[in-house]
Amino acid sequence: MLRVESLSKIFSKGSTNEKLALRDVNLSLGEGEFVTIIGGNGAGKSTLMNCISGVYEIDNGRITLDSTDITFEPEYKRSRHIGRVFQDPLRGTAHDMTIEENLSIAFAKGKSVGLQAGVSKKDINLFKERLQLLDLGLENRLKHKVGLLSGGQRQALTLLMATIIKPRLLLLDEHTAALDPTIARKVLSLTRKIVSEENLCTLMITHNMKASLEYGTRTIMMHEGQIMMDLQGQERKDMTVDRLIEQFEKRSGAELDNDRMLLG
Amino acid sequence: MSVMVLMGSLELGLIYAIMALGVFISFRTLNMPDLSVDGSFVLGAAVSVVMSLNGHPFLGLGAAFIAGCGAGAITALLHTKLKIQPLLAGILTMLALYSVNLKVMGGRANIPLINKITVFSPFEEILRDYNKLGFSLAVLLLILFLLFLFLKTRLGFVLRATGDNDAMVRALGVNTDSIILVGLALSNGLVGVAGALIAQSQSFVDVGMGIGMVVIGLASVIIGEVVFGVSSLLRRLMAVILGSILYRLIIAFALELGMPPTDLKLVSAVIVAIAMAMPVFKKRLSVVKRKMSKTPHERSK
Repeated sequence: MLRVESLSKIFSKGSTNEKLALRDVNLSLGEGEFVTIIGGNGAGKSTLMNCISGVYEIDNGRITLDSTDITFEPEYKRSRHIGRVFQDPLRGTAHDMTIEENLSIAFAKGKSVGLQAGVSKKDINLFKERLQLLDLGLENRLKHKVGLLSGGQRQALTLLMATIIKPRLLLLDEHTAALDPTIARKVLSLTRKIVSEENLCTLMITHNMKASLEYGTRTIMMHEGQIMMDLQGQERKDMTVDRLIEQFEKRSGAELDNDRMLLG
Repeated sequence: MSVMVLMGSLELGLIYAIMALGVFISFRTLNMPDLSVDGSFVLGAAVSVVMSLNGHPFLGLGAAFIAGCGAGAITALLHTKLKIQPLLAGILTMLALYSVNLKVMGGRANIPLINKITVFSPFEEILRDYNKLGFSLAVLLLILFLLFLFLKTRLGFVLRATGDNDAMVRALGVNTDSIILVGLALSNGLVGVAGALIAQSQSFVDVGMGIGMVVIGLASVIIGEVVFGVSSLLRRLMAVILGSILYRLIIAFALELGMPPTDLKLVSAVIVAIAMAMPVFKKRLSVVKRKMSKTPHERSK
């Protein structure tokens, strides 16, 4: 369960380029809640995620995960309970290492890192089992270097690595934006499958309005560092993309200028 | 080239291969250019010679490793905790080590180790003229074996992944700062051992003997990669060793040709510059080839 209270983040504080990226954001996620986040460029979606994962230090507010205050914990410590998939497929895996070596590092999350064997026989069977779920034939390529995989395969692998040790929170930062539409859909349905099977508390940024309503249980829209709209339950079920755009323009007083969001 | 020269090159190549393996860890595995090598090489040599003078040559080898680890740890801390760029952090350590090395050597710039028991002495009876070669080879093989095993452990995996993609390692819950510390310590520890063996082999330590060591290490790594390939981890490590030997042969050849020894550093720098520029040369060459092949086609129009 995630709780974000009056979170503020200012970039380049004190300089002429000062930018208030997040202003007093409050957000609370219940057990197994799957929230999709939409918003234009510079709305603060990724900043919010980076503040939660500890990439950025925050200027004000409090972040609690399963009733532990993680506001001042360094990124790597939080990561033991948070799974992440980035937009760039290159960022989630080590390209010069094999699939099984990458999975082994992910599987060792939260365990001590010492001189024990990097890969054990027992783990390999589990890796094969999990890789089969991806349906990409990766279970037969354990010894192949990740650098040989396509972007979509790497994202699917990263998703697996982020969830192979069940995280308390899963953060997906436009993880299908760099993929071609067919493989993007596949990774998205895989995401849905893993999230619902493991009952994961999830935040997913997407640029695709249709996907934001289609996937997950709740949708929030951000604008200029604030949460402008929070859709859940019946209201969300009745929502269409056209009405979402209409609502956005009415509430923000701005026109939606992001073609990518509309066309996606 | 005489057999004597070949044997000499082989012996030096084996000892410098230990240093090259250290450089391999920082440059390739951690992807961090670490210049403290020039200092930690002499540190290892100085510590080992001082220990040998006191009658503990083998203990001196271990002490050289630990001293090197310490130097590497300082560079790592400068980089990770004080956020100094890796290049500059290495230069700072290297500079500071110059004074530290003189302190270790009791203020003298040069200490001879003549008529003292060295790490090679106990093997003189069994191996005769090959005692230096034999012992160096044994130390190198032991280090190769341990390093290979280490890189296959969980810590070794994380070390390799940190150089590859540190953001991923942090996202998987590991503190990359401590991994860099371990990596640079280990790297400079090996460099210290190499410095110690060289000092023992040539029977003296000189405060200036470390100049250009990082370039020599890098040259060995790159020559090895180009000539012997990078397909698997063991092959990469073997390539570093063979690269180091090959580098010594190139140097011996240059000397045979009558080049003055004072020009050797220039040769090393040129070798590394050429090796580093290989990708650019290859690209240029392919562009030129395409241009050449296009001309007749256009003529036919």
